[in-house]
Amino acid sequence: MMEWFAENPVLSGIIKAVVLFAVPMQIVPGLIYFERRICAWIQDRKGPNRVGPIGALQPLADVVKLLMKEDIAPKGVDRAIYVLAPALVFIPSMLAFAIVPVGMDLQVFNPNSGVIFAITIGSFAVYGLSFGGWASNNKYSLLGGLRSSAQMISYEAALFLALMSALMMAGTVDLNVVVRDQIAHGWNIWRQPVGAVLFLVASFAETNRLPFDLAECESELIGGYHTEYTSMKFAMFFLGEYIAMITMSALMVTLFLGGWSMPTFLLTIVHDWFGVAISFDQVTLGTMFWSIVFFSAKTSALLFLFIWVRWTLPRFRYDQLMRLGWKVMIPVALANLAITATVIVLMED
Amino acid sequence: MSVDLIPLVTFGLLALVVAVGALAASELLGPRRRDPEKLTSYECGVPIFETAREPFHIRFYLIAILFILFDIETVFMVPYVTLFRDLGVFGLVEMGTFVAILGLGLLYCWKRGALEWD
Repeated sequence: MMEWFAENPVLSGIIKAVVLFAVPMQIVPGLIYFERRICAWIQDRKGPNRVGPIGALQPLADVVKLLMKEDIAPKGVDRAIYVLAPALVFIPSMLAFAIVPVGMDLQVFNPNSGVIFAITIGSFAVYGLSFGGWASNNKYSLLGGLRSSAQMISYEAALFLALMSALMMAGTVDLNVVVRDQIAHGWNIWRQPVGAVLFLVASFAETNRLPFDLAECESELIGGYHTEYTSMKFAMFFLGEYIAMITMSALMVTLFLGGWSMPTFLLTIVHDWFGVAISFDQVTLGTMFWSIVFFSAKTSALLFLFIWVRWTLPRFRYDQLMRLGWKVMIPVALANLAITATVIVLMED
Repeated sequence: MSVDLIPLVTFGLLALVVAVGALAASELLGPRRRDPEKLTSYECGVPIFETAREPFHIRFYLIAILFILFDIETVFMVPYVTLFRDLGVFGLVEMGTFVAILGLGLLYCWKRGALEWD
C-alpha cells in the first residue's frame, strides 16, 4: 500500500488532501457537541440530551436548522465585504492546517518555509473578523471587529516569538524535523517551558477563545462582529473558530508535545498490549497508524483543555488583555529567545 | 505545476467550495420574508441613533503600527533561528544588538504611554 502511494503521486496527493480536509470538518460538529456536554457537566446541568441517543445528533439538527434559517442582510451593510467575511475566517484557518504533520511524515503540504506558511496564512483570519465587524453597519460589530483585530495582531507577535523558541531547539522550520528532534532529545515542553506556556496563552487569544473572547463578549457586545449575521454566514464564523482551535492545538502538539511521536515507555506499553513494535526510523503502515493515533490523542487532550479553560476562567478586561500581551508576553518571549540562543551557542562553542 | 503542490491546491479548492457552497445553500434554502423592521440594525431594540461608520480611537492604529514593527522583526529572526548554530558567537552578538535596539524601542513606547489603555 505504501508503494502504491509512492508510485501514484497525483492520485495519492488528491486522496490525502480530501481525507485530511474531511477529518477536521467532521471533528467540528463533534467538538461542538462535546463542548456543550462538557460545559453542562462543569456547570452541573444536563446539556443537550433530546436529539438522538444522549443528544449525539444535536450538531446535525443544528446544521439543518441553520441551513433552513432566513439569510438576512440588514440595511446599510457593505454587501460584498459582508458576504466575504465569513469565508475569510474559515478558509485561512483551514489552509493553515494543511502543513501540520498529523502522522509520521503525513501532511497535505510540506513547504520550504515550513511552519511560517501556517502562521502567515492563518493570520489572514484577522481580515475576516475586522471586515465582518466593519461591513455590518452596526456599532457593536464595529467595536467587536476593532477589538478582535487589535487583539489578534498583538498576540500574533507573541505567538511568533514563542514559536521561534521551539524552532530554535531543532534549528529548522520543517515540522517533521522538529518532531524528530523531539524524539531524539525529549519534548520541547520540558526544554522550553516558558515558550510552551507563551504559545498556549497566545493561541487562546488568537482563536478568540475565553478568557480572551473580547471580540464576542456576549454580555457587552452581544456577539461583536457577528451580531448582524444569520443562518449559514453566522455558522461559518463558528466553523472558522473551531477549525482554528484544531489547527492551534495541532501546532502546539507538533511544536511542544512531540507531534506524532511518543516516549519510549509508551511504545513499550503498545508493544506489550497490541504486539506491535513501533520504530520511528522508517515509514511503515503500522507506524503510520500508531503515529496518527498518538497525534490525535494529544490533540484531543489539548482541545479538552481549550473547552475546560473556557468554562472555568472569567473574561479579561480589554486593558488587562493588552497589558498582558505587550508588557508581559512580548518582553518575556524576547528574553526567552535571547537566553536560549546564548546558552546553546556558548554550550556548543 | 509541481506534483508537490497538487494536495495543497486540492485542499484549497475544497475549502473554497465548502465556503461558497454553504453560503449559497443558506441563501437558496432559507425562507424569504422581508419586512422593514427586520432589516434594521440591531441595537438592543431601541431606535437607532447616529451612524455606525464613526471614527474610532487612534490607539488601534498605534497598535497596528507597533505590530508591523514586531512582525518584521520576527521575520528577520527566521533565518537566524535556522542558522544560529553555524553563526556562533558572531551571530549571537549581531542578533543581540538587533533585538536590543528593538527592546529599547518597546521600552520607549512603554514609557511614552503607547501601551496604556485607560
